[in-house]
Amino acid sequence: MAKQKEKLTVSAIKNGTVIDHIPAENLFKALSILHIDIMNTTITIGNNLESSRLGKKGIIKIADKQPSTEDMNKIALVAPTARINIIQDYEVVDKYNVKIPEQIRGIFKCMNPKCITNVEKMTTKFDVIEKDGKLQLKCKYCEKDTDQEHFETI
Amino acid sequence: MKNKSLISITDFTPEEYYKILDLAEEFEKNPKQNLLNDYVIASLFFEPSTRTRLSFDSAINRLGGRIVGFSEATNSSVAKGESFADTIKTVTQYSDLIIMRHPLEGSARYASEVADVPVINAGDGANQHPTQCLLDLYSIRKTQGTLENLNIFLVGDLKHGRTVHSLLMALSNFNPVFNFISPETLKMPDEYKDFLNHKGIKFYEHTEFTDIISKADIMYVTRVQKERFSDPMEYERVKNVYVLTNDMLDGTKENLKILHPLPRVNEIDTSVDENPRAYYFPQALNGVYTRMAILSLILGIKS
Ligand SMILES: [Zn+2]
Repeated sequence: MAKQKEKLTVSAIKNGTVIDHIPAENLFKALSILHIDIMNTTITIGNNLESSRLGKKGIIKIADKQPSTEDMNKIALVAPTARINIIQDYEVVDKYNVKIPEQIRGIFKCMNPKCITNVEKMTTKFDVIEKDGKLQLKCKYCEKDTDQEHFETI
Repeated sequence: MKNKSLISITDFTPEEYYKILDLAEEFEKNPKQNLLNDYVIASLFFEPSTRTRLSFDSAINRLGGRIVGFSEATNSSVAKGESFADTIKTVTQYSDLIIMRHPLEGSARYASEVADVPVINAGDGANQHPTQCLLDLYSIRKTQGTLENLNIFLVGDLKHGRTVHSLLMALSNFNPVFNFISPETLKMPDEYKDFLNHKGIKFYEHTEFTDIISKADIMYVTRVQKERFSDPMEYERVKNVYVLTNDMLDGTKENLKILHPLPRVNEIDTSVDENPRAYYFPQALNGVYTRMAILSLILGIKS
């Protein structure tokens, strides 16, 4: 029964993309990274849903659109557990886990207040580094690290 | 190296360091060469640094080149609200190479992306100052005959000192042993210690000068600045612990050389100046030869 219900929540759109298993506290960060606020298609958002893995999770359903894997991987920085389901005719036809990209342009701010990227109008660039199980963004410009607790979207 | 910007010491390989040092040695033997006769170099100092600027000016003048630019940002277009990128793009039209110093970190890297000509970073905030590092390497090789297998002591503010961080990165290619002497609050940051551990390079940490300095080949001293302490009491406690005096050098190695990026305040007592181990003033002169070498390699006049 529970399984059937799960399937129902995931496949409730006819065509499009469902992003599942987003940590509840980062749902809004994920939304802003994907620029969902400016998409003109039907969007359904759920948050604080029960999850055996995450405790509370968020879910985003985007009707009739299939953002690229590259775009999806950008949310891996705030939602490494996210799982993407591609829906066609109410069926899941493809699914994959997001993968943390090696580099990232834009989206995040460098936490160093003396960094040029926080003064000039320019795109930030980072190398994504994993250290002790946590993610860090190494700024290509000031060479300083921004740690996961300080990830802030532009 | 032709047309390659020099932003961070890690932009260049150890082979390229050697190429620069070899050419600097050539310039030291024969400094009067009019190699930059037809060249215009932009010298953009968005914040003043008289020492670095004069060293570059001297290097360019000895090579017969011409300089355009400014020595502080107050009278430049920056003060009129022009974006940094626009300033750089404009200057690109006037010059064959840009030397820049800027208080914001990462500004030199950004300039090198925007400019059509190569950029030499003469200091971007607390981040990088690679020509200082190369002149330090030149001074070390010149006095020790090699960069390999040396016992390097880094003394003073090891937390904020960009020169000691760059030097550590550069020397890590040459199998050194490091000894760090600093107050607890100004210790070498973990990221550099992790880096050394990862490379299998030995280092030892101390909070004061001891007999251990008898092992030193190079002692690189930096300023312990009052502003760096959140607790002024602690500064008062440690300020005299890191002052090197001449009598402390008894029993140190004959080949030991004491380096300092200058300006010094009181961390090296003037009594040390007469000691043959003192090398900070010749080190400054080496900066001119090193910068001559860097300029002519990047402009492709020497290869
Ligand atoms: Zn930065």
